[in-house]
Amino acid sequence: MLLQIHEPGETPAPHELERSQAIGIDLGTTNSVVAMVSGDHPEVLRDGSGDGLVPSVVAYVYDEPIVGKQAQAELAHHPDLVISSIKRLMGRGAADVKKLAGALPYELAPAEEGKPGDKKFGGMVRLKVGDQILSPVEISADILKALKLRAEISLGHKVEKAVITVPAYFDDAARTATKDAARLAGLEVLRLVNEPTAAALAYGLDSAAEGIYAVYDLGGGTFDISLLKLQKGVFQVLATGGDAQLGGDDFDHALAEWAMRRTGITGLTSGEAKILLQAARAAKERLTTASGAELKATVAGHDVRQSIDRGTFEILIEPLLGRTLRACRQVLEDAKLTVSEVKGVVLVGGSTRVPLVRAFVADFFKQQPLADINPDEVVAVGAALQAKALTQGSETLLLDVIPLSLGVETMGGIVERVIERNTPIPVTKAQDFTTYQDSQTGMLIHVVQGERETVDACRSLGRLELTGIPPLVAGAARIRVTYAVDADGLLTVSAEEKTTGVKAEIAVKPSYGLTDDEMADMLRDSLTYAREDMEKRLLLESRVEAERVLLALNAALKADGALLSPQERAEIDRVAQIVKELVAGDDRVRIHAAMEDLDRATHDFAQKRMDRAIQMALRGQRLDEVEAGMATDGAQ
Amino acid sequence: MAVVEKIGGAGAGATFVPCWSCKGPVASRALFCHTCGAVQAPGSTDHFTRLGMAPGFDLDDEKLEKQYLGFQRVLHPDRFAGKPAKERLIAESQAVALNEAYETLNDPLKRATYLLGLKGVNSEVTEEKTVNDPALLMEALEKREALAEAESADAIEDLMISAGTTAIQLLSDISLAFAADDLAAANRSVLRLKYLRKFLEEARLRRAALES
Ligand SMILES: [Zn+2]
Repeated sequence: MLLQIHEPGETPAPHELERSQAIGIDLGTTNSVVAMVSGDHPEVLRDGSGDGLVPSVVAYVYDEPIVGKQAQAELAHHPDLVISSIKRLMGRGAADVKKLAGALPYELAPAEEGKPGDKKFGGMVRLKVGDQILSPVEISADILKALKLRAEISLGHKVEKAVITVPAYFDDAARTATKDAARLAGLEVLRLVNEPTAAALAYGLDSAAEGIYAVYDLGGGTFDISLLKLQKGVFQVLATGGDAQLGGDDFDHALAEWAMRRTGITGLTSGEAKILLQAARAAKERLTTASGAELKATVAGHDVRQSIDRGTFEILIEPLLGRTLRACRQVLEDAKLTVSEVKGVVLVGGSTRVPLVRAFVADFFKQQPLADINPDEVVAVGAALQAKALTQGSETLLLDVIPLSLGVETMGGIVERVIERNTPIPVTKAQDFTTYQDSQTGMLIHVVQGERETVDACRSLGRLELTGIPPLVAGAARIRVTYAVDADGLLTVSAEEKTTGVKAEIAVKPSYGLTDDEMADMLRDSLTYAREDMEKRLLLESRVEAERVLLALNAALKADGALLSPQERAEIDRVAQIVKELVAGDDRVRIHAAMEDLDRATHDFAQKRMDRAIQMALRGQRLDEVEAGMATDGAQ
Repeated sequence: MAVVEKIGGAGAGATFVPCWSCKGPVASRALFCHTCGAVQAPGSTDHFTRLGMAPGFDLDDEKLEKQYLGFQRVLHPDRFAGKPAKERLIAESQAVALNEAYETLNDPLKRATYLLGLKGVNSEVTEEKTVNDPALLMEALEKREALAEAESADAIEDLMISAGTTAIQLLSDISLAFAADDLAAANRSVLRLKYLRKFLEEARLRRAALES
């Protein structure tokens, strides 16, 4: 294959387009959706019967996991082997798992001392599924693989890149877990986009809306409320809030518990809890359109048959909706806005189909909410639009914020905030600390996330140890701790002792995410992400880098080629030609070597260009006069 | 469509650095290389210059937002789709610098603190400063007492409204002080406003606790 070099802004050749095609995935608690933009139109990828929703249910009945409707169908026969609502466990510890009247709808794997899952270690829960022990990351990866396959079948070629949405209120551990799951599924994550932001993107582009909009996103397991300002193609999140443990699932729980109280059933097994919850969900869905429904299930040797009318159901869920409104009030306060300044309210998530939810939202925001785009699909559509923007460019821009404050533990278990919630990302902040004991040579930096003042009430994200601090008197060392949050909302913490330059850095994942070793083990096990794939990626990155160097050299030669003698020019052209030829091949090591040669070959040329600029400056011709214009041009 | 106006431009220093990509000379504060078009690292400059705003406490909020969004539109890493990782990282550092500048200038209190810092006045809140200003200490104590005694959400709401009114007055005092170049007066009002903000935050927490 010959490499095609195109000027910036020129459209890439068709085969490159295909290579760079990326999908948008809404990885939901109850349902997942995959979409992509073909031509200019985003499109949800559907199954043979036209259904875009893939139930986020995985059955481990046969050798290969089954995902979606077929997995759901296995629940009645193999409740122990069917897993749903796994999203609620992403990045979570055993203590976070919601029980149904004391019964877990999952079977947790026993914790091993010193391993993730062990209480002392922290770590993510693991599930016992038949004779396998699986982490939420692996189960989510199985869902992602199914979505990837659906896209590949529909497109007729491989798909390797995706934008994946996460609840805006997801913390760092849950975001990292989601990214890990994508890696396991063989997908490169171009960006984690917050669900309400993705929905706003789809909605705003569709309706050319301008002004301040609220996105009320009540999904299966999470609730988000975001306020965005839409103007001239920029989607700026002003504030976001919510509850990462509140969703339609909780409606099911409320119904199931009500039925248990009415029938006096207690002591369910985890399989029975799943069956009862599924029956509750079916009743809830009927109550969306009907005024009454019957909850039917056979559990614990009882035939449960309970008629419920919509009024009773509404009494059961009202406290949950009250919690969503508290979050709405908080987010308005954070953005320093009042309800009257909100131009529109967009409903997202299957749970917003519940009539009482709509009534609550309309009453709170004093206007009828908008739901003209299918609330189950709008997030995936937004993800697909962003996937296109990140591969082929776009006129729109998303500016998002961090949902939860990030801090560090100080003396007495008090949290010192380093980055406040609702700070626009990407963001970097540093704070200086010192030692509190004479001759202290190490420092443990405990990174936490949350709004509460004590460490116990916040989520622990990880611990970073800085060693090798010179032994000084207490208070003499200067330790700068830097928090960097990237555009995915993921945190990296680094620490440096300023007087000696001793450094330490972690991508924050240990206590609730997977350790690097575990990830490596899983990647080894996974067929979709073999070593060759890794090599291929590195090769691609080298090619892109070489292409960049050649383009930059071309531009430099065009501008300042006159500074070179014919011999010098010939030498540069010769070495550049070698790079060009190697780029067409697939030897990454030789590409690198040739690039180093090119770097040496152009060294004098670069020197000449700088020298001439200095001379021009001495003669009074100011370079910045030319470039000030350039800078302004660029910013248009 | 000239969204962004650049005041001071690439600066009067006539300093330039080699472009990281083509190695040719670039003005030290240029956003892009004029030869190869590569985005350049943010470099160090003050927040006003970064966003192309005239330095000063009074500024046009709408213009500030317009400038910020205009720069993000061209510098945000998402705008570098398909570019090498290195270039996207440089764009990310530009976006970080823009966010920091905007966050500082968009909030009047942070803006005033920052402006005082530029003029060589450190207005960080410290213990001794409080003690040096008995009136401020008195006010803080009284407010805190009133908050501790408030027993209903409504009572707290009243305290918050009164504090909010004082805060608005302080902002106008700060503006006048900067206009008269009276930095000591500006600093006093900034300190008072900092205490007031802290008080409002505490009041919000108490109100929330009472409501739930
Ligand atoms: Zn250049």
